[in-house]
Amino acid sequence: MKIVVCVKQVPDTAEVRINPETNTLMRDGVPSIINPYDLHAVEAGLQLREMAGGEVTTVTMGPPQAELALRETISLGVDKAVLLTDRLFAGSDTWATAYALYKAIAHIGADIIICGKQAIDGDTAQVGPEIAEFLDIPHIAYIRKIVEVTADRIVVQRLMDDGYDIVESTLPVLLTVVRELNVPRLPSLKGKMAAKKADILKLTAADLKVEEQDLGLKGSPTQVRNIFAPEAKTNRTMLHGTPEEMVNKLVADLQESKCL
Amino acid sequence: MDYFLTEEQVMIRDLARQIAEEKIVPVRAELDETGEFPWDIMKTLAQSDLFGLFIPEEYGGLGKGSLELAIAVEELSRACLGVSTTFAANALGTYPLLLFGTDAQKKKFLPDIAAGKRLVAFGLTEANAGSDAGGTQTTAKLEGNEYVINGTKQWITNGGEAEIYTIIAITDRSKGPRGASAFVVEKGTPGFTFGKKENKMGIRASATTELIFDNCRVPKENLIGKEGTGFLVAMKTLDHSRTGVGSQGVGVAQGAFDEAVKFARQRVQFGHPVITFQAVQHMLADMATSIEAARALVYAVSRLVDSGAKDVSKESAMAKVFATDVAMKVTVDAVQVMGGSGYMKEYPVEKMMRDAKILQIYEGTNQIQRNVIGQALIKEAARNK
Repeated sequence: MKIVVCVKQVPDTAEVRINPETNTLMRDGVPSIINPYDLHAVEAGLQLREMAGGEVTTVTMGPPQAELALRETISLGVDKAVLLTDRLFAGSDTWATAYALYKAIAHIGADIIICGKQAIDGDTAQVGPEIAEFLDIPHIAYIRKIVEVTADRIVVQRLMDDGYDIVESTLPVLLTVVRELNVPRLPSLKGKMAAKKADILKLTAADLKVEEQDLGLKGSPTQVRNIFAPEAKTNRTMLHGTPEEMVNKLVADLQESKCL
Repeated sequence: MDYFLTEEQVMIRDLARQIAEEKIVPVRAELDETGEFPWDIMKTLAQSDLFGLFIPEEYGGLGKGSLELAIAVEELSRACLGVSTTFAANALGTYPLLLFGTDAQKKKFLPDIAAGKRLVAFGLTEANAGSDAGGTQTTAKLEGNEYVINGTKQWITNGGEAEIYTIIAITDRSKGPRGASAFVVEKGTPGFTFGKKENKMGIRASATTELIFDNCRVPKENLIGKEGTGFLVAMKTLDHSRTGVGSQGVGVAQGAFDEAVKFARQRVQFGHPVITFQAVQHMLADMATSIEAARALVYAVSRLVDSGAKDVSKESAMAKVFATDVAMKVTVDAVQVMGGSGYMKEYPVEKMMRDAKILQIYEGTNQIQRNVIGQALIKEAARNK
């Protein structure tokens, strides 16, 4: 079974700084980590390999230093890693990112593709499902448990607001995973040693045979016009009186505002 | 201080530290309270390959030495001495096989040990044989192709939890210390059971039990080394393990020191953080200096052991005695620096202080270590005359 896990290197801080001119992330000086949800995706890939055999490949698109994130996945036990890196990819929105990843995954081949449910920097949760659309395969988002997997089908539990769905799909399929799915393992020493020596396959836009207009800022239908902190608006009302009076007033206010 | 560790040694330190911080620190207080055996952590250590550190590559290990083991044990000890005792006692129990085992014994046991699939324990101590190993009463009698073992071992770390036991028993009482032999006994062997689990002052996450042998029959192939070399096996094993106990001392001392510094920076009295007071600074300065000296000695002796030096009894005893005395003093002082807070279970230093005490007692009391050093000094002086 060929398992591909998409990972993203993200800044390890809540205090993300934005370049005011381009409205893109300023990564310099900010330590990078693997997007935490993607660690659950990697763990899912490794557990699927333990269940069904095969190999796990991690894929990321990013600047050359994203190679470190891929090496980290190898230290966890991943077999191969692929880095999409090219100046032409810079500035991609989720569409252009998913398009490039789709080309790479089509190039590698995959039975199961796993993504974290979203990245902690952009929080869009779009790239995974978009890759599935480009590949024209089914996807199941927010999976919390892998129930069963065979050579041509998979059964999973999908997390919902009020419980979970049991979903069955044919392969190939793309899954996006939530934290409840598993506890990501820590690296092993043998894995760390292998990670140091591993060859990371690097693919450029030319290797993927994609056109410049489909990539980066040019290939992105969405462009960030402005990034700003929303104004904090809080309307506070202090209630006074006896507890009974205050409760009655609170209930009346809530009813008036249709909260009750 | 920079100890010029190799890239791999730094990797080992960082991984052990990550496991300690992410998996051990969050549960150490609970493990101390309940005395539950830390199987989850053992599984993590197994998955990380740390059980295979000192086991040759041909048996599935990483082929590293005492220094790498010391580095890993130090990091685990910084978080919890109970967990690190479990881990280090596994190495202690493995050394007889590693140093004296036949190829067949190594092939049979070492791969599972390296993978962390089976835990090991070492059984030397008995009710009447603590510091005086010569008081051993457990016997092993050859009958046909089997040894029949009878007797009771006590205070055995990993007892009941381990699946492989390396033990010392008397095969010929008439020969005194030369009448002891070492054996490997597997859990589940008929006639081999476990007594009560001890309720200890510290290292409560580690399991300590009696091993009871009642006409326990093991195949002749389970003899480690030759008949009569049991005490040699035990002494060489302890020579190798003492640096590990020393590194436990360095680790727990460092852990307590880190807590004390953190607290002293935050705690305000008389309008200033207490770390600005000279009385506190001097305590911290002495703690830091002694930890660094202990670490330097433990690393130096570990490197000596790894060099293949023939006799390391004196130096390994020095590392054990010095680093564990430092551990006791530093953990007591950490509680003192933290005052009433240090005495409370909300902070980890009272546990570290209780835990540290065992280091001066087990694997040869610090008084016995000084005997070992003293005997070596006498021998050296006689040789140099």
